[in-house]
Amino acid sequence: MTASEFDHHTTIPGTTLFDGEQAMKGYQLNKMCYSFNVASARDEYLADPESYYDKFKLNEDQKRACRNKNVLEMIAAGGNIYYLAKFAGMFKLDVQDVGAQQTGITKEAFKEKLRKAGD
Amino acid sequence: MARIIGGLTSSHIPAVGNAIANELYEDPYWKPFFEGYPPVRDWLNDHKPDVAINIYNDHGLGFFLDKMPTFAIGAAHQYVNEDEGWGIPQLPPFPGDPKLSWHIIESMVADEFDITSCQELAVDHGFTVPMQLFWPGAPHNPDMPRTVPISANTVQHPIPTLNRALDFGKALRKAILSYPEDVKVVILGTGGLSHQLDGERAGFINKEFDLMCMEKIVTAPEELTKISRHELVEKAGAQGTEFLMWMMMRGALGDKVTALHQNYHIPISNTGAGTMLLECAA
Repeated sequence: MTASEFDHHTTIPGTTLFDGEQAMKGYQLNKMCYSFNVASARDEYLADPESYYDKFKLNEDQKRACRNKNVLEMIAAGGNIYYLAKFAGMFKLDVQDVGAQQTGITKEAFKEKLRKAGD
Repeated sequence: MARIIGGLTSSHIPAVGNAIANELYEDPYWKPFFEGYPPVRDWLNDHKPDVAINIYNDHGLGFFLDKMPTFAIGAAHQYVNEDEGWGIPQLPPFPGDPKLSWHIIESMVADEFDITSCQELAVDHGFTVPMQLFWPGAPHNPDMPRTVPISANTVQHPIPTLNRALDFGKALRKAILSYPEDVKVVILGTGGLSHQLDGERAGFINKEFDLMCMEKIVTAPEELTKISRHELVEKAGAQGTEFLMWMMMRGALGDKVTALHQNYHIPISNTGAGTMLLECAA
């Protein structure tokens, strides 16, 4: 057997499939984001984000991505969108804000793109 | 004996929870979506099911990546809609039917489906939004059925195949039909249709693929099992994999169903929103 037979990762352009590889990479980041289901955790984070990153043992890439509030960087650091949505929610960013940020267009342009998919 | 009278599908977009809370039924953005529901409510009003099996996918409330069940079945007296973190209004608990839950779990495991049973399960928008759409005021609607939630993993790959999802539904049918109590059951398949929230391809919606799925799921669900998981992500978007829930629902309805009503609208939030009412052959 070759190593490639154990590589279950597949490539779809513009899409990072959240699989075992990503799950291993992003566990601490996703664990932190999962904690934001609880209001007191959100308050604790917002009062002192840096201490909260250390509490969840985020690595430097993950901390930087969070500081930048950059979703593509958070995904590259192993983030899973369902948990990242809870991070984004703390800053009142909805899925169109997040979509616009990732595609590099304005929110209005992103919403227009969605609307056009119905034509 | 228990009977399955039909299947209902709905998208379960969180923004719908807010739109309901703000009563935006006549708002031009929301109207074409909400208009898809009154015919389903009329049918429910005529048939008054005792139980709603709600097949949805958890989005990081009931389960985390530390332990991620592929198929989980609720076995609780009630299901609490806990805080999801980003501000959709929380609803009061939904009444369960643990006796039926355990019957289903016993039957499914005997049928070699390896189930995670949950005596506590916090339910998120994936579960609550369709309940609100079908039973306004849920869970306080006077006709609110008891519920058994079933969650399949679409958070983390590997996710189940479409074939496995359809087979799951068939085993679920067998379980329900062998339940000795005289209860009327509807099956909800929630989520989808095409959407992608993450990556440079965020905002991807595929109308043609969605409409094909809505057509085939009525008459030829077996054909849909030929779609690989990779192809499903490619054609339905990363979160369009929620179509698995529709396949699980469909498997539970038996061979012959009649599509009594359907609605499809783009976009609601980032999603192609699909609603269907499928009635089982008597």
